Amino acid sequence: MRSLSRIAAILLKEFNQLRRDRMTFGMVIMIPLIQLILFGYAINTNVRDIPVAVVDLSQTGISRVLTQMVEATRVVKVTEHHSSVEAAEAAIKSARVRAAFIIPNDVAQRIARSPATGLGTPASTDEETSRPVAQWIVDGSDTMIASSIKALRSMPLSELFREAPNRSTPTFEVALFFNPEQRTAINIVPGLVGIILTMTMIMFTSAAIVRERERGNMEMLINTPVKPLELMIGKIIPYIFIGLIQTVIILGLGHLLFNVPFGDKTVDLFAGTLLFIGASLSLGLVLSTIAQTQLQATQMTVFVLMPSILLSGFMFPYEGMPVIAQYIAEVLPATHFMRMIRGFVLRDAGLLDLHRDVLWMAGFFVIGMIVAALRFKKRLD
Amino acid sequence: MSAALSDIVVRAEGLVKSFKGFRAVDGLDLTIERGMIYGFLGPNGCGKTTAMRMLTGLLTPTEGTVEVLGLSVPKDAETLKYKIGYMTQSFSLYGDLTVRENLDFMATIYGLSGKRRKSRIGEVMERYELTDLANRFAGKMSGGQRQRLALATAVLHEPQLLFLDEPTSAVDPESRRHFWEQLFDLVEAGTSIVVTTHFMDEAERCHKIAIMEAGKKRADGRPKDLMNGMGANVIEIEAPNLRAIRHDLLGSDGILAAAQLGARLRVLVKQEIADPEAFLRANPALHPATVIEKVRPSLEDVFVTTTGEGRQ
Repeated sequence: MRSLSRIAAILLKEFNQLRRDRMTFGMVIMIPLIQLILFGYAINTNVRDIPVAVVDLSQTGISRVLTQMVEATRVVKVTEHHSSVEAAEAAIKSARVRAAFIIPNDVAQRIARSPATGLGTPASTDEETSRPVAQWIVDGSDTMIASSIKALRSMPLSELFREAPNRSTPTFEVALFFNPEQRTAINIVPGLVGIILTMTMIMFTSAAIVRERERGNMEMLINTPVKPLELMIGKIIPYIFIGLIQTVIILGLGHLLFNVPFGDKTVDLFAGTLLFIGASLSLGLVLSTIAQTQLQATQMTVFVLMPSILLSGFMFPYEGMPVIAQYIAEVLPATHFMRMIRGFVLRDAGLLDLHRDVLWMAGFFVIGMIVAALRFKKRLD
Repeated sequence: MSAALSDIVVRAEGLVKSFKGFRAVDGLDLTIERGMIYGFLGPNGCGKTTAMRMLTGLLTPTEGTVEVLGLSVPKDAETLKYKIGYMTQSFSLYGDLTVRENLDFMATIYGLSGKRRKSRIGEVMERYELTDLANRFAGKMSGGQRQRLALATAVLHEPQLLFLDEPTSAVDPESRRHFWEQLFDLVEAGTSIVVTTHFMDEAERCHKIAIMEAGKKRADGRPKDLMNGMGANVIEIEAPNLRAIRHDLLGSDGILAAAQLGARLRVLVKQEIADPEAFLRANPALHPATVIEKVRPSLEDVFVTTTGEGRQ
């Protein structure tokens, strides 16, 4: 009974302090709002309009048509013309363009012999007669840009002769579930819930205990009969509400602006989000018992935030990482949440389908709270 | 005053606290009786705050035993916390909460509820003149007001024993006088108080004091007894060339200390010297017409003689 009223008193105190801290309160709303709009529009894995240079050594009608056809794919955009390959290489080096399209002077003959024209296989097909039509020199340092241009490698050229493109039967049929239009925002927006919650939840709570220490309140607090666990619980409850508000903002706006579906599993979605909020908050509390100053607490938050962004599967597929990195990612609550929220929102999965992530996150929360309460000493030595 | 067990609120034996080899408190024995104000007097860094923190269970003693209100500390520190009040050296309530919110918070933390909480908050707000400040933010109040709020929260749960760590270091003399009157009201109501200070006038108000230096207790007892039992005589000299006389005296053997107070020089002469006035007159720097007078010792004199090194 005393414990409950003490937790309520701490809760009320935290709410009052938060309410008066206008800056923090503003951040609670503005961080998800701005980041959603920024990342929702900005992050796009379908690369378009890569600036390229053209070196047209043949200067014929057919070479100009070829250039236009390449540009019509919207993958690249011709921004420069050069007369020598060296000049084009210099342009790549200085990062004005990401690739150069080099058309040889015998392009007409090459096209005539190319199978890509769809005119049927030429009669004499030894290695000599069939050569690539033209060459791409690509700045391969960014793999995503490189692979976009690589996709042009077997571009059909039948249009040159006003023929319908040669529709060959694919080896495999691919059916795209859950995101048939392949829009990046569908994958990014739910993931953003995980990233923003990781950031704000850990940041708020990692400062929670340290702030009391820095402002001198701690010496008084440890002289009272308050129990560590009461203090921990009282301190995280306000942030649970904040986390839920942020989740609603991101998913609601994501639905309005980017047409990201909610899925039908609303209850599972909120239960899963609550678990993740709890896990992040308890991690923040543990950091708070380690840090001596608020600056240290912020640094530790970034230390957790970076792998949460880069290893959790938010930006890069989890499956593509080496096994050791996957183990590290498994420790982070964000990785499990990434799977969960994408499951709930996009794949219509439920808590039962994702029970491994659910159990792991619940365990993380409980252990985190216990560790934080044990580490919090009501002593000064 | 009888020394029956129940009348002892604090008993400490052989108390030692080392911080990485540095002995902040070095073999402290204490017996504090109920119903009095007990003061720790000493300069900064003498170990008085460390000693107080060991008494409240905030620090674990390296050696020695502590018993406060019959409870063994730090083992029973959590039970003890309901029975004691503590006022920290710097203001430690929440600056971004109002006076009432701070009081509400602390009352609930101490387990007061319902009517009792309401009536106690009303009582302390009345007694410490906080009623008009109820909705002020604690961070926006003056030093004196904050100190009243700190005292009000420390006594909310009616502790038997109150620990005050340099309570008046941030307030003006007027507030300080007022504060001490309030402490005597508390003592009258049955509270025992332990206070640390580096102000002589404040120490003089205590029923009993312990003079501390370098983690050790140099003397303890009633301020009056300490002054009377001092191992030195206090002589005041009135002369024009006081700086020269002082310089001269500090070199000679029978002199413990010499400090200038305006137009007079206050000299502590060792007890062994039977006639201190004649002893001083023998000094060549003194003009025969110089006024020499034996005066009543002050607590500062006690402090200077007991802390040995003859600080100025």
